[in-house]
Amino acid sequence: MSAPVIFDRSREEIEEEANGDIFDIEIGVSDPEKVGDGMNAYMAYRVTTKTSLSMFSKSEFSVKRRFSDFLGLHSKLASKYLHVGYIVPPAPEKSIVGMTKVKVGKEDSSSTEFVEKRRAALERYLQRTVKHPTLLQDPDLRQFLESSELPRAVNTQALSGAGILRMVNKAADAVNKMTIKMNESDAWFEEKQQQFENLDQQLRKLHVSVEALVCHRKELSANTAAFAKSAAMLGNSEDHTALSRALSQLAEVEEKIDQLHQEQAFADFYMFSELLSDYIRLIAAVKGVFDHRMKCWQKWEDAQITLLKKREAEAKMMVANKPDKIQQAKNEIREWEAKVQQGERDFEQISKTIRKEVGRFEKERVKDFKTVIIKYLESLVQTQQQLIKYWEAFLPEAKAIA
Amino acid sequence: METYAEAGKEGKPSCASVDLQGDSSLQVEISDAVSERDKVKFTVQTKSCLPHFAQTEFSVVRQHEEFIWLHDAYVENEEYAGLIIPPAPPKPDFEASREKLQKLGEGDSSVTREEFAKMKQELEAEYLAIFKKTVAMHEVFLQRLAAHPTLRRDHNFFVFLEYGQDLSVRGKNRKELLGVFLRNIVKSADEALITGMSGLKEVDDFFEHERTFLLEYHTRIRDACLRADRVMRAHKCLADDYIPISAALSSLGTQEVNQLRTSFLKLAELFERLRKLEGRVASDEDLKLSDMLRYYMRDSQAAKDLLYRRLRALADYENANKALDKARTRNREVRPAESHQQLCCQRFERLSDSAKQELMDFKSRRVSSFRKNLIELAELELKHAKASTLILRNTLVALKGEP
Repeated sequence: MSAPVIFDRSREEIEEEANGDIFDIEIGVSDPEKVGDGMNAYMAYRVTTKTSLSMFSKSEFSVKRRFSDFLGLHSKLASKYLHVGYIVPPAPEKSIVGMTKVKVGKEDSSSTEFVEKRRAALERYLQRTVKHPTLLQDPDLRQFLESSELPRAVNTQALSGAGILRMVNKAADAVNKMTIKMNESDAWFEEKQQQFENLDQQLRKLHVSVEALVCHRKELSANTAAFAKSAAMLGNSEDHTALSRALSQLAEVEEKIDQLHQEQAFADFYMFSELLSDYIRLIAAVKGVFDHRMKCWQKWEDAQITLLKKREAEAKMMVANKPDKIQQAKNEIREWEAKVQQGERDFEQISKTIRKEVGRFEKERVKDFKTVIIKYLESLVQTQQQLIKYWEAFLPEAKAIA
Repeated sequence: METYAEAGKEGKPSCASVDLQGDSSLQVEISDAVSERDKVKFTVQTKSCLPHFAQTEFSVVRQHEEFIWLHDAYVENEEYAGLIIPPAPPKPDFEASREKLQKLGEGDSSVTREEFAKMKQELEAEYLAIFKKTVAMHEVFLQRLAAHPTLRRDHNFFVFLEYGQDLSVRGKNRKELLGVFLRNIVKSADEALITGMSGLKEVDDFFEHERTFLLEYHTRIRDACLRADRVMRAHKCLADDYIPISAALSSLGTQEVNQLRTSFLKLAELFERLRKLEGRVASDEDLKLSDMLRYYMRDSQAAKDLLYRRLRALADYENANKALDKARTRNREVRPAESHQQLCCQRFERLSDSAKQELMDFKSRRVSSFRKNLIELAELELKHAKASTLILRNTLVALKGEP
């Protein structure tokens, strides 16, 4: 049913796997704190690192960072590593509406929800970033985690996660429009790209459905709470004592169940829905990396074409017998031969890097999904266990109606 | 076309669970029902050894309007003024369900064939559930009448049960609609009576208590019923959400080439089974809670109507007293005034006695019905929660067990 994938494993890949991933580093993002007032206000988050890795001076340390700092970190990493084939995890989305509410000082549940959603997203972002062996070595990342003062990131508008996504998508569109007839010597890349395309589509579909689930569970919770109140009122009216008591108990059970639904909706969202949206954005980064490879190939190809032209020009000069122009042509030929060689080296390098990266990415993805799925199912079990407890407590009350 | 008999009688909703003393001298049931476009045709089957009937076992076909006609006949009958008239069954309403099925048929190309099949299945089950409910409500109406020592002897009831032709009462004509309109005006006057605004003095503590109780109870049970409906619908929505989730997981699973393949496929299966369980939770809440609350909302209205009638009789009695005093002071037409006053007095006392009994029966009926349904609700919720836990745990074991 599914196309067989020939995963060509290079020696380096096997080596890396054999070493095992002993990443002893844990990042926590906590304690969101509003700093300042009005439209210049911002949220500061505490970033805590716990590690036994020797590259860090301490084993446990924390710093205060604001959202634009995270965006700045991502933009630095992206500019260094994306175009050579590394899958750099995207930063969380900017949100004008959400942030404005917080700035304006609305202390309501929707702004606390927004801040919590962002906090969790920032945490996941950093954890994914440090899990990447190459990025972990980067000095900018270490500075982000360690230094107490960080130069403020500017121009984060264009470089937010959404901004990068837009750029990547535009690049992808442009590439597609050019219909680069890339001489794909390696079927692996084509197959992988198709795989990721399919995965992207399916994840988006699933994400939409899970968002609907979250919404409806919240509705169920609200309706249950309303029913609990009216059951309590009914119990108050009821003039048969035992039935009145049972109805009040029913109201209490329903109130507890409302709480349960709220907690489950929370789990639905933070475990299931956010995992999906994280991966939808990660896959965009993967697609971007494949596009960079195409661009790299194009550059190499262009250099080869130019070299050919330069050789033709030289031949013409030879015929026309213009000695100074011939020398110039020979220089240009040498220049472009070097460029062709560089182009080939770059292309081979990026292809190698991408293979390694995709292997690592897929391993992470499997682990990630399995862990979250298990956690999510355990939350569902928890909910059912509680329901059993509540109804078991209620049953004798109902039977006591005489 | 949907026949009730085909649908099977197991799982017939016993929403009212009326405590019908197993009196076998008159047994009424709806043995079959057919849904045709706009109307439902109920086959009313009677088994009786009463001498009045020509046969011991017979059936007739009736439609909703004929039930309403029977109900109204009871309400308008002075003889039954002191009784709680069982509430009329609600009109069969398949509109919403039919609309949904139609919308599904119009098609949404983004839906896979399996998803479509499941959604269709769900909607058909919904349609069937509504159908079963309407049959149950019509049946319980007749069964309460058959169980009541006085109401069962009504001539119109016999006609309803036995007369082979249709009763030509389909569709209210203009005169009847006017009658309904006038009756509603009278009802507002009754509201004034019952809420004590007319200044009528209640003489009996029992009825004073019942009046305050019923007024508040009816409002609150109506509220509770509406909100229970919303809970049930939200639950149903949730269950339906699992359909696209399961389908998407299934697609993901078939596409994967790594260990996630089995994980996604198992998860898809899990959600499909959870969906069915959530659906059952929703329908049980509907039957055991919503429907019960709805029935007692109507029954408490019928009890309120009884109180109106009694208060009207009291008002008549008081007016007769005043008229008698006037006649005596003027010493004119004393005899007719006396006999009128006596008539009113007797009527009022007769109504009060019978109403007292009826209201006590109403209470015990209500208590036993709530008890039965709340117990069944709790037991079913437990059953479903345990089943859910089991399939969740099994899936977890399978997922954790993999490398």
